[in-house]
Amino acid sequence: MSMLSVDRGSPKHRRLQIAGYVALAVLALAVPFLFGPFRVSQFTLVVIYAVAVLGLNLLVGYSGQISLGHGAFFAVGAYTSAILLDKTGLPYLLTIPAAGAVAFLAGFALGVPALRLRGLYLALVTLAVAIAAPVLIQRFESLTGGSQGLTVEQPKAPGWSGLADDQFLYVLCLLVAVPLFALAAGIVRRDIGRALIAMRDDETAARTMGIDLSTYKTRAFGLSAGYAGVAGGLFTFANGFVAPESFTLVVSFSFLAAVVVGGLATVAGALFGALFIVFVPVYAQDVDQALSGVIYGATLIVCMYVFRSGVMGLLRKGFGKVVEVRGSTSGRNDDEVQEVAVAGAGRSAGADSGGVRP
Amino acid sequence: MERFIQLLIDGVAIGSVYGALALSLVLIFRSTGIVNFAQGEMAMFSTFIAWALAEAGLTLGLALLGALAISFAGGMLIQRLVIRPVEGEDPLTILIVTLGLFILVNSLAGWIWGFNNRAFPQALPGGNADIGGVSLAYESLGIVAVLLVVVGLLFALFERTKIGLAMRAAAANPASSRLVGISVGRTLMLGWGLAALIGAIAGALVAPQLFLDVNFMGGVLVYSFAAATLGGFDSPKGAVIGGWIIGVAETLAGDYIGFIGSDLTILVPLVIILGVLLVRPNGLFGSPEVVRA
Amino acid sequence: MLWLVLAGVLALTLGACGRDEEGGGGGGGSAKASPGITDTEVKLGGSYPFSGPASAYGTIGNGAKAHFEAINAKGGVGGRKIKFTTLDDGYEPPKALQNAKRLIQQEQVFALFNTLGTPNNLAIWDFVNQQKVPHLFVATGASVWGADVKAHPYTIGWQPNYVTEAQVYAAYLKKEKPNAKVAVLYQNDGFGKDLLGGFEKAIGGSQIKIVDKESYNVTDPTVAAQVKRLAGSGADTFLNVTTPKFSAQAIATIAKSDWKPLHILNNVGASKTLVLKPVGLDTAKGIVSTAYFKDPEDSQWADDAAVKEYRAGLKKYSPKTDPNDAFAMFGWTVAETMAKALEKMKEPTRDSLMEAVRSLDVEQATMLPGNKIQTGPDDGFPIEAMQIQEFDGQNWKLQGELVEAKAK
Repeated sequence: MSMLSVDRGSPKHRRLQIAGYVALAVLALAVPFLFGPFRVSQFTLVVIYAVAVLGLNLLVGYSGQISLGHGAFFAVGAYTSAILLDKTGLPYLLTIPAAGAVAFLAGFALGVPALRLRGLYLALVTLAVAIAAPVLIQRFESLTGGSQGLTVEQPKAPGWSGLADDQFLYVLCLLVAVPLFALAAGIVRRDIGRALIAMRDDETAARTMGIDLSTYKTRAFGLSAGYAGVAGGLFTFANGFVAPESFTLVVSFSFLAAVVVGGLATVAGALFGALFIVFVPVYAQDVDQALSGVIYGATLIVCMYVFRSGVMGLLRKGFGKVVEVRGSTSGRNDDEVQEVAVAGAGRSAGADSGGVRP
Repeated sequence: MERFIQLLIDGVAIGSVYGALALSLVLIFRSTGIVNFAQGEMAMFSTFIAWALAEAGLTLGLALLGALAISFAGGMLIQRLVIRPVEGEDPLTILIVTLGLFILVNSLAGWIWGFNNRAFPQALPGGNADIGGVSLAYESLGIVAVLLVVVGLLFALFERTKIGLAMRAAAANPASSRLVGISVGRTLMLGWGLAALIGAIAGALVAPQLFLDVNFMGGVLVYSFAAATLGGFDSPKGAVIGGWIIGVAETLAGDYIGFIGSDLTILVPLVIILGVLLVRPNGLFGSPEVVRA
Repeated sequence: MLWLVLAGVLALTLGACGRDEEGGGGGGGSAKASPGITDTEVKLGGSYPFSGPASAYGTIGNGAKAHFEAINAKGGVGGRKIKFTTLDDGYEPPKALQNAKRLIQQEQVFALFNTLGTPNNLAIWDFVNQQKVPHLFVATGASVWGADVKAHPYTIGWQPNYVTEAQVYAAYLKKEKPNAKVAVLYQNDGFGKDLLGGFEKAIGGSQIKIVDKESYNVTDPTVAAQVKRLAGSGADTFLNVTTPKFSAQAIATIAKSDWKPLHILNNVGASKTLVLKPVGLDTAKGIVSTAYFKDPEDSQWADDAAVKEYRAGLKKYSPKTDPNDAFAMFGWTVAETMAKALEKMKEPTRDSLMEAVRSLDVEQATMLPGNKIQTGPDDGFPIEAMQIQEFDGQNWKLQGELVEAKAK
């Protein structure tokens, strides 16, 4: 039984949402002023990883295609940005869309052969890509700096902002991340999102309903890679240095862990996942340095037991008891989502709100 | 010509190790549909146990047997305690659990035994045999022989014993198996125990030449994935043959394909994985995935 | 969307937990003091790979820490106890940067000490120098740390760099085997390429020729294939530029083959515990390498006071670490240099420490006799001399004299 009930789309709902956004903006912008430079740099990393994890979630959670190799797209974005900064005079802000674009193309290219694969096989291909990435980076030494890596200048806070460099970087990452999150949320909510979910759950049915699978699948790959690429470019800003050792398999596995811990097929879960992979290793080390890997591995396993649908799954159940948004798809299982989706489609087609049941 | 044959045997020998670990992967995949990313680390842990037992004074043979027994029990325990709680979940969730296991086992081994490399006693005879004018290492021949014995025993287990039959049934159709009284849970545990045991054998076979350290199975795991992919992830026969092909390809590629260069040899199994998956995803011997429309 | 609010709240709580960053100075003492140093304590920080592929080097951190504890037990340096905080970076440069930021900005250490790994130090040195924090005695032999003092004045290496080492081998060959045909196995990263490059340069103009070279990645399971190829190259000398596990594999592979080259093993791979014992001491007979500090396993130092002190200290303060591990001895030895620099420091400020560091002239009982640690305004390389040693089947035997080789 919920304490509060609102109808989706009603003015009350709108007001709650706006209040939520405002609270969020306040919290997010307060960070650089509440904490010292080290914490701010950690939160900057959280924002950057959240973008990459969100991208991976779009692929894994929503379109059901698995990728064990997102670290490679992350590396592509990071190196694109670093190479452009190192070898051309491109203003640093422009390297971000460049990083995203190159990664998008790489993801799209991988998405084409991936069409024919699913599940385990796709996992293996992406695993192979992730393992090959640092090796290939080393091979093309003249471009990538090989094992010595590339050192690039980090963005400096412009004088008029009155911010310190680390604060500026945080705000910059936030300004890039917010529209990307909004975009993802929008994609997920609208027809494309529903199409992806439908495709994930039952390809035949989806095809019957007229959804062109191959376009969506490759676009999902490209888009999710693009997100990772943008995150990679920001990562280069945050580090000022790229080397093959920065992009090993560990990175890919961390992103995947973050997706699952945060909650598959959720948008906000990316933030929780990013928090997990940035802070848990640090705390594990503080507990016992020698055992930090054991603690991290155990935490990951236990999280899977406790948060079966990720942190988000747990939160939604809890939240549902506080506020119920009628007509919303949050917190419902997939069957209900389909009902609501179809009902929504029926409503917009002019049918009565009783909806059409499949 | 002699060099070619030596390389061939070397390739088959290292391929047997890849095949053995791939066999473990396939065993678990067949019975549970899960890919156990921690398989290599479990094998490493087992090898360390054998080493510790030998250091404690046991003869090598007893140490190996002890390690095998402990690995078998350990594999069963892991299935029961770590995997079963998430059994019906999303495959990704289970994957993350095996990933967590990977990190945990690796760090645990480091914490117990340190991160330095050490020698692992060689059970196989040293020296070379002269076969048809070609000098072949006993070690390589021994590794292949051990693998063949393991495969033979597995075959006998699956085809000729009741337990084997039960395991095959549980893998093929758990629901029906339960109906006829097969304890699916117990056969799953058995499968993991068996896989761990074979992994331990793989580790003990290869540790003498790779030298034992916490990370020594990491590279082997990649090659084993390639072997299992090539052979078909649900085919034990495929795992072994895939392993041999990968081993030979890797050994010959460095010698005969100039531009590869030794720093890129890791790309050989990766390219094979990609190629196989694009051309024939089920591998050489795997059964095609049947989707009920 | 409200989830994001929750996430934000969670983030802030996480951020608030754990130590807060202190504002400016690190506490009492003279008003001029830099952060991280008081009258009673000086804080040092280091980032090591305690996990991951390079985790074997973690024992360096253990050795260093043990030595600082031993020094503290005797009253510390200048009345100050040394507090050495080590963090794990898994050999990942971004993590090393995070650790450096944490150590400098949160833990407020006085100086960074002995951070390990070429890419890791490359990742942090711009930041550390910008913060004007001493970046001392980094645990890597890359020649870059001493090459451009102006650009990174706060950074300095310690061990003989790889180019110096290569020159020592070249000098040895020029004397012993002037027409040597060399096959090289090298690790495909900065370390291997630096040494190989140094060697190639050093043999320029002589009759020594490199007839084949093969590389490998640390992620490879074994180097047996590369070594077998090198065996077939017709070379009579083998330059082994590898890290311990791969050194052992290379030696073992050669032992099983018919190839009997003059085997030159690089210093990093020369450990008796990690390499020679596992392959079998007789197998290693005749291998040539270099040394610059005392190997704890060498019987000639069995009664040496400094080595005994090391063993006792390690047993007391890091009992889980194997005293025969040359890496632990390395850490112990470089910690002594750090302590000596702190002793020499006139004011409790970072700049004063750098002055002391850049004007060292130190003899340590843990180093080979006569091997001084010297720096100067133009000399950014503390140790530039190594001595050839040959393994006799039981121990390393020092040959000839200390060879000084300045990396140009």
